[in-house]
Amino acid sequence: MHKIFSATFIAPNIKRFTIEAPKIAQKRKAGQFVIIRINEFGERIPLTIADSDSEKGTIDIIVQGIGSTTKELNSLETGDTIADVVGPLGKASHIQNFGTAVSIGGGVGTAIAYPTAVALKNAGNHTISIIGGRTKEFVILEEEMKKVCDEVYVTTDDGSYGKHGFVTDQLKELIRTRKIDFVLAIGPIPMMKAVADVTREKGIPTVVSLNPIMVDGTGMCGGCRATVDNKTVFVCVDGPEFDAHKVDFKTLMTRNQSYLLEEKISLEEHECNLNKLQQHSVLTN
Amino acid sequence: MAEKISNKERMKIQRQSMPEQDPLIRRNNFSEVNLGFTEELAKMEALRCIQCPKPTCIDGCPVGVKINEFVALVADGDFLGAASKMKEDNLLPAICGRVCPQEEQCEVKCVVGKKNEPVAIGRLERFVADYERETVGIRVPNLKPKTGKKVAIVGSGPAGLSCAGDLIQMGHDVTVFEALHELGGVLIYGIPEFRLPKSIVKAEIESLSKLGVEFQTNAVIGLTDTIDELLLNGYDAVFIAVGAGLPYFLNISGENLNGVYSSNEFLTRVNLMKAYRFPEFDTPVFNCKDKNVAVFGGGNTAMDTVRISKRLGAKNAYIVYRRSDVEMPARAEEIHHAKEEGIEFILLSNPVEFIGNEKGWLTGVKIQKMELGEPDASGRRRPIPISGSEYILPIDMAVISIGNGSNPIIQKTTPDLQYNKWGNILVDEATMKTSKQGVFAGGDIVTGGATVILAMGAGRKAAAAINEYLNNSKSAILN
Repeated sequence: MHKIFSATFIAPNIKRFTIEAPKIAQKRKAGQFVIIRINEFGERIPLTIADSDSEKGTIDIIVQGIGSTTKELNSLETGDTIADVVGPLGKASHIQNFGTAVSIGGGVGTAIAYPTAVALKNAGNHTISIIGGRTKEFVILEEEMKKVCDEVYVTTDDGSYGKHGFVTDQLKELIRTRKIDFVLAIGPIPMMKAVADVTREKGIPTVVSLNPIMVDGTGMCGGCRATVDNKTVFVCVDGPEFDAHKVDFKTLMTRNQSYLLEEKISLEEHECNLNKLQQHSVLTN
Repeated sequence: MAEKISNKERMKIQRQSMPEQDPLIRRNNFSEVNLGFTEELAKMEALRCIQCPKPTCIDGCPVGVKINEFVALVADGDFLGAASKMKEDNLLPAICGRVCPQEEQCEVKCVVGKKNEPVAIGRLERFVADYERETVGIRVPNLKPKTGKKVAIVGSGPAGLSCAGDLIQMGHDVTVFEALHELGGVLIYGIPEFRLPKSIVKAEIESLSKLGVEFQTNAVIGLTDTIDELLLNGYDAVFIAVGAGLPYFLNISGENLNGVYSSNEFLTRVNLMKAYRFPEFDTPVFNCKDKNVAVFGGGNTAMDTVRISKRLGAKNAYIVYRRSDVEMPARAEEIHHAKEEGIEFILLSNPVEFIGNEKGWLTGVKIQKMELGEPDASGRRRPIPISGSEYILPIDMAVISIGNGSNPIIQKTTPDLQYNKWGNILVDEATMKTSKQGVFAGGDIVTGGATVILAMGAGRKAAAAINEYLNNSKSAILN
């Protein structure tokens, strides 16, 4: 059992957790993830480690409530527990001094980009961060990024905060004005694909972190396979980070929709249970 | 006392068949297919054993169970005595009685089998283990005095569990590390409930806990701790028994379409994550109801997979295998059960391409017919494609069940171990010693995908060698 030391919403539907996991806190490197299972009925889901504190023995994860498992997770509070946390899984990010490195986070993807931005800065890069959100409230970790990055740019789709437009607009502007040596892009698949298209033309090395459906997270099931450079890879052990210019984003997107119908059924069941619980607590209070 | 009957009379008794669920009922449920012998059936079957002076059956058992002795005790009606005798050599008999390929091991060597059908040793083993568990509970043997030595076992599958069982009895402290959230490895995620009920696996693991074996789940050795860290952190020896956990794919076009699975994924979703009880359990699996399902391969895993798909409501469930039924590696009983449950076998057929629709979902597979040529390196006749024989089989789900390679996590984090070109760890076959001091390995990570009992045999061999290594290193320190 892993105790939740803190649980705070940092954007609508996006919650930051600090969880007891001493061993993982000591060992994890930027880019690695954990698999968690909330309770005996739960799914195993992969979540990138956003931060850690090896002295306190905690790791941070940032969760967007979309499906039934992530919504259930986001209903947990400080003091609650999570049955299983396993990791650190996957390969660590490849970090070196590239020169000028841009890390791009779209929506909750910023949580995944953050630890790698920290590592890029520590390796001596001039580190630029672009944070994208649908609206102002979906811009997360701006303060944290400002603390570690040399420059931080914010874009919103509706112009409610920062620059009006997409992260790729900001990226194109940076590329026009200076030499960019490395790009990391993490966010929704269409965003990562758009970034890859921009940098491919310019020949800028670009890495994306893939988030396919996983079960075990240790290479055993092959469910997370993706096509990279026309070859099948297992994201959990070969990744999660890959050369953005070689990823087959279309297959990734299709495979991520394998359980759309089941996700809907599960969500309905989950919400029905939550309602029952709420009714029950109204009655007993 | 054993009834005084002559060998001639013994030979006249027919092999007792085991009661089982009706195929038409069981193909709609996940309860165990075989129901086990009654006391009467067990005694009758045990009487068939002619108690050879040199029991060749024992040579066929990878862990050397004293088969003649335990069978004699069953014939006497001393079922608990038989259980104790069994457990001198095998601490997990309820599991082995269910999943060992007895027809290739002990039973093929049975002298009775030369004229009649062999004694049903596997069914008797199962009966004895179940009898003990259901009457007095699993009894545990006495331990030798503590040695103060600590052994880390990586993996809680059959190799790891059998090694742990022996080492704890020898007086060593044992910790078993498991990557998943549940113990048992392939016994839990791979073999389905209807063939090996999980409550039985849990009970046999519980008996190891009672002996003092410690278990840590959610520990991926190589990542959570490396082998070197285990050795640095107080373990005197390490046994690597991580299995063959990296599924092979066919490497044909369309393999990443939605609806194409590895057996490992399909089985893990259903068995470990209980997707057959979705949405009560959160993990989904392909909805097989009224669909056409093809499983590619001819081993036990393929049989488990296809029989699950039938239980999940598949309209047509096919085994597609590139050789003929003679070459099929699955246990005879599993093939028989699959056929009884309505599984269709498409033999001498090889998939060459998966076909999908515009949304990325599987709709069919192009199959090429094969014929058998000369025997290949495995001794089985090599399948040769017949050109122009291709046709399309419409299917909604495909499961690839052609075996497993070795998982790369230990290899990447323990470079000073020696591996073969397939990533299997190289060991001294007599001792299971690796090239690294204090590190032993056994089971599928050494042999490639094999059987539960071979892995258990390797675990026991390693336990003996680890015991010797620890005793010698003790005297080395004192000197």
